[in-house]
Amino acid sequence: MKSSVITFPGSNCDRDMDVALKKFGFKNKMVWHDDNELPRSDLVVLPGGFSYGDYLRCGSMAAKSKIMQSIINFAKSGGLVMGICNGFQILVETGLVPGVLLRNKYLEFICKNVFVKVNNKDNQYFKNLDKDVFEFHIAHNEGNYFCTNDQLKEIQDNNQVAIYYCNNDGNTDEKFNPNGSLNNIAGIFNKEKNILGMMPHPERMIDKSLSGEDGSFFFKNLLNNIK
Amino acid sequence: MKISAIITLKKDVLDPQGKVIHQALDGMGFKGIDEVRQGKYFEINVKENDPTKAKEIVEDMCKKLLANLVIEDYKIIGTQ
Repeated sequence: MKSSVITFPGSNCDRDMDVALKKFGFKNKMVWHDDNELPRSDLVVLPGGFSYGDYLRCGSMAAKSKIMQSIINFAKSGGLVMGICNGFQILVETGLVPGVLLRNKYLEFICKNVFVKVNNKDNQYFKNLDKDVFEFHIAHNEGNYFCTNDQLKEIQDNNQVAIYYCNNDGNTDEKFNPNGSLNNIAGIFNKEKNILGMMPHPERMIDKSLSGEDGSFFFKNLLNNIK
Repeated sequence: MKISAIITLKKDVLDPQGKVIHQALDGMGFKGIDEVRQGKYFEINVKENDPTKAKEIVEDMCKKLLANLVIEDYKIIGTQ
């Protein structure tokens, strides 16, 4: 299975993602933001980081970079596109997934492990996973998910919430919401569920002795799903 | 021609930075503030001398890049 990780000026999780994808069997290629052509891929990943120094709004400049047109075409033809952290911010700025990511509610940069609960398994990313609650890492200043009431209705009607912030038992109470996100939303899909944007970093949880292996389960399963 | 535009958060969007500034001002003795909202200001020099056309160009920029219309409003506030 072939994957492509896009590097923007200021991306800093691109190499971590490359390591994670290769570890679980993807043939990954790094792609520069200024390229026109996307290599043939089964999965495209927009990694975390601070593309363009977070100027104007996080992800807004990267959303207009050259490679994005081929990514938009790839996504619109059903290709799998996953945006993690800054990648999620880029996805909302391109309009590929609804909503926006505001500054964290308490104005703090948050860097810690959190638990998330998978809401929808009827998609290539989460189907066949044998558990619902995962421990992932978050590190962001603008992860406070927000959308209009009309968008929220559409998101709910189409079951587009991918994951919610929760505790280790999967309780999605407001007190387990780290950043003020609307309804504890940590990740969402587009309507067709081929595009996933999420704030947590599964690529940081791929080594049992260093971090935890919930990211390993995620990537192994993802590879099996798209084989 | 220089066009000025301001981008502000929509009314129902939470502005935590504005809130903190409000609290700081209050602590400094500036009492009687109802609310503080923080925004962005742009000055854009466009190669266009017709004010109507120049405004239209900047308005297009606001819609496509400078503002995110899900959470922000824009306003062209001046030409010079």
